[in-house]
Amino acid sequence: MYLIDDYIEADSVDEAVNLLADNPERLIIAGGTDLLIKMRDGILENVQMVGIRRIEPLRKIEKDEQNVISIGAMATFNDLVRSELVQNNIPIMAEAAMTVGGPQIREMATVGGNLCNGMPSADSAPALLVLNARLKLLSKSGVRLAPLQEFYLRPGKVDLRPGELLTEILISKEDYLNFGGCYIKFAPRKAMDLAILGVAVTCRIRVTGIFDLVRIALGVAGPTPLRCEIAENFPPGKPVNDSIIAEIGRLAVKSSRARDSQRASKEFREHLVVELTQRALKSACNRAGGISYD
Amino acid sequence: MASGIIGASLPRLDAMAKVTGKAKYTGDYFLADMLVGKILRSPYAHARVINIETSEAEALPGVEAVLTHENVPGNIYATAGHPHSLDPERGDVADKTILTSKARFVGDEIAAVVAVDEITAARALKLIKVEYEMLEALLSTEAALREGAPLVHDERGSNIAGSAGYHVGDIDSVMQQADFIFSDEFETGIVQHCALENHVSYAYIDEDERIVIVSSTQIPHIARRIVGQALGLPWGRIRIIKPYVGGGFGGKQDVCLEPLNAAMTMAVGGRPVKLELTREEYMIGTRTRHSVKLKLKTAVSNEGKLLAIQVDAVSNTGAYASHGHSVMLAGGSKFKYLYNFDAIRYMPRTVYTNLPVAGAMRAYGSPQIAFALESHLDNIAVKLDIDPVELRLKNFNRVGYKDPNTGNQILSCGVRECVERGKELIDWDKKRQSFKEKNERGSHKKRGLGMACFSYGTGTYPAGLEVAGARIILNQDGSVQLQIGATEIGQGSDTVFAQMAAETMGIPMGMVNVVSTQDTDISPFDTGSYASRQTYITGMAIRKAAGEVKNKILEFARRISDLPADCLEIADANIILKDSGSIIMPVAAVALQSYYDRQNSEPITADISNNARVNAISFGTTFVEVEVDIKTGQIEIIEIFNVHDSGKIINRQLAEGQVHGAVSMALGYALSEELLFDNKTGKPLNNNLLDYKLPTILDTPVIGLDFIETFEPTGPYGNKALGEPPTISPAPAIRNAVFDATGVAINRIPIRPQLAFEKFKAAGLLEGGDQVVPD
Amino acid sequence: MIKKINFTVNGKKRELEINAGETLLEIIRKRLHLTGTKEGCGVGECGACTVLIDGTAINSCLYLGVWADGREIVTVEGLAKDGELSKVQKAFISEGAVQCGFCTPGFVITASALQSRGHSLTDIEVKEELAGHFCRCTGYQNIIKAVKKSLENETAGTGGDHT
Repeated sequence: MYLIDDYIEADSVDEAVNLLADNPERLIIAGGTDLLIKMRDGILENVQMVGIRRIEPLRKIEKDEQNVISIGAMATFNDLVRSELVQNNIPIMAEAAMTVGGPQIREMATVGGNLCNGMPSADSAPALLVLNARLKLLSKSGVRLAPLQEFYLRPGKVDLRPGELLTEILISKEDYLNFGGCYIKFAPRKAMDLAILGVAVTCRIRVTGIFDLVRIALGVAGPTPLRCEIAENFPPGKPVNDSIIAEIGRLAVKSSRARDSQRASKEFREHLVVELTQRALKSACNRAGGISYD
Repeated sequence: MASGIIGASLPRLDAMAKVTGKAKYTGDYFLADMLVGKILRSPYAHARVINIETSEAEALPGVEAVLTHENVPGNIYATAGHPHSLDPERGDVADKTILTSKARFVGDEIAAVVAVDEITAARALKLIKVEYEMLEALLSTEAALREGAPLVHDERGSNIAGSAGYHVGDIDSVMQQADFIFSDEFETGIVQHCALENHVSYAYIDEDERIVIVSSTQIPHIARRIVGQALGLPWGRIRIIKPYVGGGFGGKQDVCLEPLNAAMTMAVGGRPVKLELTREEYMIGTRTRHSVKLKLKTAVSNEGKLLAIQVDAVSNTGAYASHGHSVMLAGGSKFKYLYNFDAIRYMPRTVYTNLPVAGAMRAYGSPQIAFALESHLDNIAVKLDIDPVELRLKNFNRVGYKDPNTGNQILSCGVRECVERGKELIDWDKKRQSFKEKNERGSHKKRGLGMACFSYGTGTYPAGLEVAGARIILNQDGSVQLQIGATEIGQGSDTVFAQMAAETMGIPMGMVNVVSTQDTDISPFDTGSYASRQTYITGMAIRKAAGEVKNKILEFARRISDLPADCLEIADANIILKDSGSIIMPVAAVALQSYYDRQNSEPITADISNNARVNAISFGTTFVEVEVDIKTGQIEIIEIFNVHDSGKIINRQLAEGQVHGAVSMALGYALSEELLFDNKTGKPLNNNLLDYKLPTILDTPVIGLDFIETFEPTGPYGNKALGEPPTISPAPAIRNAVFDATGVAINRIPIRPQLAFEKFKAAGLLEGGDQVVPD
Repeated sequence: MIKKINFTVNGKKRELEINAGETLLEIIRKRLHLTGTKEGCGVGECGACTVLIDGTAINSCLYLGVWADGREIVTVEGLAKDGELSKVQKAFISEGAVQCGFCTPGFVITASALQSRGHSLTDIEVKEELAGHFCRCTGYQNIIKAVKKSLENETAGTGGDHT
C-alpha cells in the first residue's frame, strides 16, 4: 500500500497538462517502476498523482516527413526493443533498452520516466545523448524544446518546470543517418541490474577509413549522464585504427567525473571508461561499415 | 525388497500444489480479525536506549498495542536451532531478549506495534520517540578485539563469543621437521540466504489459552522450546505449526520472529497478529553467513605429502551469538576427513561486532574453511610445481580413517572416483595444456581451470543430539499416513520419505500420504531440517517405523490366513508367499480387517524414535573452467561440474536439483554476493535484491554434475548427506581457476570485478597499455 | 482515496472499491485471497508476484490497482482448465523445476505467456525471457528445461495437433 492521497487518470495530453496547471504539486506517474519504489522507501508520500498510462498517443514511435524520429514519452523499453523503426534507424536505442531490468520491468518502465527521474544510471540517457535527442515539454504556456544534455541538472534533478509534461523525444536525421552505434552497460549482473558504467558511442566513417564524427556519452561517470566533448573533438579526420581508438578511450576520461561509491571506485570506473569506450567504438565502427574489428 | 522406488526420479509430492498456487505458505493465511505487527529497528549500530516515548503511537487510531523492552518479558535466551542441552555448560549462548534496551546493530529490535493494518502500523512506528546514548560502533573483528573496546554484551565480559578449538598430534615437532612450510591468509564476505519467502509468522491464543504460532521455520519443535524459554512459559503451552516453507538454507534454523510474535498476540488479548518481514528487514534482521578471516600454515614434504596444518580463524558473528562458535567448530571438524594430516592445530575465535547477526547457512562453516584450505592447496601446488589434482590424490583419506578427536569413522569414500570423474568431465589434462599456450599469446581474455574438494558430515553427531521420530498409520484401504517431525522446506524431503516408506513396506509410492505440515501438538519429535540430516537421520526412523508396520501387517495376515508370517512378504501392496510370489491377499484386505474384525481388531500403527549415534561422511569435488577478462575484471564460468559421493541416491531428479541450487548459491558466494555496510555508521548499503547481487538466470551457466554412488553402511538406504555439500567446493574451485588463468592469487571472496581489477593492477597485468593520461 | 475498478480475474468479472495506493498484488492476495501470487521483494526484482495482464507478464507489486480497471488478469490459479493442468504446469512437474515453490507461480505465469505466443525459443531467448525472476533453490537448470519442454512443437507454422 502506497500513501497516495489522490489519483487522477488523465485521458488526454491536454487533460494531463490542465491537471498539472491546476496544481503543480501533482506528480506524473508513468510506468511507476521507479516512482513506486521511492514511495515504498518513504522518499515520497502523501502524493497527488496524475496517471498518463491510458494516453495512447504518448506511446507512439514514428518518423515524420523530415525523417525526425519521435519517441513518445510513454513508450516502454519493450516498445523500443520491438519497434522496427527503432531497430532500423536508431538500433543503439533498442540495444540500450534491452539492458534495462528484466522483461516485466521493460514492459512497464517508460523512456520518459527513465529520463525525468534524473538517475545517473538511466540506461536510455547515454544513448539519447549521443543521438542529440531533444525533449518536447508541453505546458499550458505552450511547447518548450530542450536538448537532453541541458535537461540534466544534478542527480535526481532535471529541468522539468512546474506544469510541464514530457511528451516526446525527438531525434533528427543528421544525428542518426549513416551512424554506427553501440551501448555497453557494465553491471555486476546480466539482467535486473543498474549500470556501474554505461557507455554509448556513435560514429560516422568516411569511405576512406577516416573518422568523420564520433560521439561518446557516459552514464554513472558523474552526477548526471554526460557527453565526452574532449574525446569527441579528437577523431574527425583521423584514421580508424587501434592507436587512435585507444587515444579516444584515454581522452574520454577527461570528461568523466566519477566518484568512489559502494558500487565501484573512481579509479576502476575511470579504467572502465578507457576500456569500454574503445570496445563500444570498435563495435560502432563495425556497424558504421567499412571497418571490421574482432 | 527391491521395488525400484529407491533411486528413481519420482516427481515431488507437492509439485502439483505448487504449480497451481494451491500450496499455502505462512503469509497466505488470513484470519478474521487479524492484526499487523511491525518492528521499530535501531538506526544506530551501537547505542543505549535512554528513553522510549510511546504515547503518541498508542493514541493513533487503529493502534492496538505498542511494545518495548519495558512491557515484554525480559528473559535472556539463545536463538540457535539446536536441541536443548541438558548440560548447561554446553548449551548455546543466551544473549537475546525479545526487545532490547541496547541497540547492537542497525536493525536491532527496539520496539514493536500491533495495529489494524500495515499503514497504521507504519505510521505508529514513526510516532515512537527513542532517545539513544551513542556508543562506539564496532564494525570489524579487529575493532571488537582491540584492547579497551566497548563490550557488545556487557554481561558477557568480552567480545569473544567462543574460542574453543582442537588439536591433533604434536604440530610443533612436525612443522620443525617438514621440508616446506606454506602460509596464506584468506577472507570471506558476509552473505545472506535470500530464500524467496521472507521470514513470516502469525500468532494467536486459542480457546484453551495456548499460544499458537504459525511460522516459516525449519525447526518447529525447537522453536516451541525457545518461545517457552523467551516468554517464561511452560513449553507445552506453546504450539508451533509449519506450513509450506519458501526456502530456508539455514536462515530459518533460528528463532527470529516467534517470541516477539507471541508477545504481540499476548498484548492484544490473543487476537491473531501477523508479523511479516519486508525483504529489506529480512536481509539484516534475521541471519547472515559469518565472514571469516583465516590464516593457514601447512607443513608439506618434498613428495607433496601434507603433514600438518594450523588454522587460525576469526569469525564475525555480529551482534548476537545465534549459532555463534558452533559454526566454526563444525566447519573446522569436517575437513579432517578429507586429507590425512599427522598434526592439526585449529584455533578459531568467534567475535561479536555491531553488525547483523550471523547464524546457520548452508554447510555451516565449511564454505569458509574450504575456501581457505582449497585455495591454499592450489597455492602450494603451484609452488611445488605439482598438478593440483595430484596433490590432493596423494593426501586423501580412505575408508577406515578415524577422526582422532571423536573416533567417528569413514565407512564409505568415493572421493578419488569423484575427482577422476570430474577430470574426465572437464577434460582437465588436455585443457590445462592448451590454455597455458593460448593465454601466453596475450589476449585480454584468459582461460583457466580450477578444482576443489570437500568432506562433510551427515547430521551433527557427535557434537549434537540426532533424534528423529516417525509415525505411520495404516489406513482402512491399505494406504498409510506418514507423519514426521522433519520439515520439508523445498529440498524434497517429504518425497524421499514417501519413497523410503513405500520401499520398506512393499507398497507403491502413491499409497503413502505424507503429512507435510508439522504441528508440535501432533507431529513426532524431530529437531528439524539442517545439517543435511533428514534423509539419513529421519530416514533411519522411517525405516524402523515402516519395518514395524510391515511386520504387524504380516503378523495380522498370519492370524487371518494361518500362514507363518516369515513365509510372507509384501510386494506391490499384496501379501505374497516369499518363495513362489503367489498372492495371498491384498494389504488392503488386511488393513480393513485390522480395523473392523470383531475378534482381532487392532488398527496398525507404529510410532518410533531413533537416536542416531553415528555420522556418515560425504565427499565431492568441483571442476570449473573460467574465462577472465583482465581489462574489466569480469569472470565468466564456461563450464562447471560437481561430482558427489553422497552414498546411494534416493531420488536422482531431486538430488540433481539440490546440486544445481547449491552450486548456483556458491556462484554468488564466489563472484557477486556480499552484504555491505557503511564503515563508519554500520548502516546496511545493499539489503535489497537490486543491490545485493543474487545471480540471475542469465548469470548462471549450465551446471553439470554426476554422482559416484557408494553404499554407506550406516545410512538407512545406503545414503548420506547431500543438501548442503554441493555448495562447499565451487567457490575455491572458481578462485583456483582464476589463479590458473591469470597467475594472480586472489584470497578473498566474492571476487567482484572491482576486486579483480585491483588485484590484476597490483600484479602488473594492466601495465603497458590503456593507462589514464594525466591532465 | 477510494476508487472503483471493474476487471476480470481468471475469467470472472469483479467490481471492487479500492484505495488508490493499493497494488494489484495486494488486491489479488488480500482481497481476492488468490494467494498463489507471492510477494518476494516488493520492488519488481524477484518476479514472484508476476501475473498476466491482458496476456502480458507484469510484476503486480509495481502495478497500481487503479490501472487494472478494464483489464483481464490471469493468476496462477487460472491456468488449469477443468482440473487439467496446463502444458507449462505439467512440464514444471515432470522436469523437476519445483523446489520450495515460492518462485514457481511467477515463473509458470511468464512461461505461460511465452507458450501462448506459439513459437519455440533458443536457450538464450528462454533465459532472457525469464530473467525477471529469481530462484534460490534450483539454479534455474530444471526451470529452463521445463520451459523448453513446454515450448516443444511450438515452431512457427507447423500447425497440427500439439498434445
